[in-house]
Amino acid sequence: MTYLEHVGKYFMMLRLVFKRPQKFHIFYTALMKEIEDLGLKSIGIIMFISFFIGGVIALQTALNLDSPFIPDSLIGFAAKRSIILEFAPTFCCIILAGKVGSYITSSIGAMRVTEQIDALEVMGINALNFLVLPKILAALFFYPFLIILAMVLGIFGGWLAGVASGLFSGVDYIIGIQTEFNSFLIVYAMIKTLVFSFIIATVPAYHGYYVKGGSIAVGRASTQAVVWTTILIVISNYILTQLLLT
Amino acid sequence: MIEVHNLYKGFNGVEVLKGISTTFLPGKTNLIIGQSGSGKTVFLKSLIGLHIPEQGTVSFDGRINTEFSQKQKMQWRQEIGMVFQGSALFDSQTVEENVMFPLKMFTDKSQAEMLDRVNTVLTRVNLDNSNKKLPAELSGGMQKRVAIARAIVMNPKYLFCDEPNSGLDPQTAIVIDNLIQEITDEYKITTVINTHDMNSVIEIGEKIVFLNKGIKAWEGTSEDIFSTDSEAVVSFVYSSNLLKKVRQVYLNKTL
Repeated sequence: MTYLEHVGKYFMMLRLVFKRPQKFHIFYTALMKEIEDLGLKSIGIIMFISFFIGGVIALQTALNLDSPFIPDSLIGFAAKRSIILEFAPTFCCIILAGKVGSYITSSIGAMRVTEQIDALEVMGINALNFLVLPKILAALFFYPFLIILAMVLGIFGGWLAGVASGLFSGVDYIIGIQTEFNSFLIVYAMIKTLVFSFIIATVPAYHGYYVKGGSIAVGRASTQAVVWTTILIVISNYILTQLLLT
Repeated sequence: MIEVHNLYKGFNGVEVLKGISTTFLPGKTNLIIGQSGSGKTVFLKSLIGLHIPEQGTVSFDGRINTEFSQKQKMQWRQEIGMVFQGSALFDSQTVEENVMFPLKMFTDKSQAEMLDRVNTVLTRVNLDNSNKKLPAELSGGMQKRVAIARAIVMNPKYLFCDEPNSGLDPQTAIVIDNLIQEITDEYKITTVINTHDMNSVIEIGEKIVFLNKGIKAWEGTSEDIFSTDSEAVVSFVYSSNLLKKVRQVYLNKTL
């Protein structure tokens, strides 16, 4: 199968996903379950990584800007920009692509190879709409909150790392993060998050839904899904940065 | 009645079904038999619309399934119950939730009414007191019974079973066979079973279609299968010494 055929099949899949749910109360229950599985269960890992990476960013910045001509507040400013522009939306979404992407592919793929998807179709249920739409909406709804949490914790981690190491003062860091605050950068980060969330929910779903074979094929599809999700996040990150910031 | 006319289906240039035509008797237990790779599962999945045939038609009481509008297709789907080879129960749902699922999706019954219906069908398949168990906590035979309960919960007109005995011990296989036949008679369902199991052929087959290399090689009743002189059927059905002896006894009796 050529790449172009995969692209076509992916968009054909989306056409079937975006249909009106057959029963709203069942859809609502599925949506809440996906918010828990894809969102709430990812809070721990995102908090942990954001906090420590924020600290590392601040320490690295402090060590590389060690000059009497550069004010210490610049450390907070640089750390804030790095975290808001790239670390929180892009790095965290790549982590989510690994964690959530493999979960989506393996759960849908296992349903495919055990004929559960066939069972849904025989009953007259649009399996793509039933399985994938709640995942897309859960990711689009929840990941912006998760990324804002990552921003806050990353910046806090930077402050704590500086204070604990003595490389810069907490006051300078806070002055730095207040300097030249541009709200559009948050909008930019949220636009990126929404695009990445859509990729995280749909690309692994595609790999899981069309898997053929047994458990080995599901494992292989999970790996491919994570690789392709990451590649698409990186490419769309470049395109969005070009479009929104230049 | 289910009528199949000149059905062709292939994958990646390989023809699996090569012009099959047959009819399945209404309110009876119809069996599709044949060796592994003879196209039984593809045939069954083509009947229920999981595979779209390249040529030919399948009609359900005169209605051709490939000509349905989207709305008609949805209605037709609800007339069908299917028991998959591996049961295909939803892992994350309990027995009760699995059986209730079609009712939740397609009816406006209250929770109490749905629960009542679920308990009725679970009792019918002899599965009381398992409502809150997950599929993983059940034996293979119990999973098959849950799958049958889920398939009949909407009172289907047609029941399809893909190798319902696979992976079961002979005793449990007979229990499942008898259960399917009782349900067929009780609810007047047109049942189509895909099987390898020769016990099923002799015990419950009212109409038998034998597939060989993608073509219909023979069809008849379970009575006919004892007396047939079709070499392909005889070598497939009477492959074991026990069945050869059973056939001999039958033929001696009728002579």
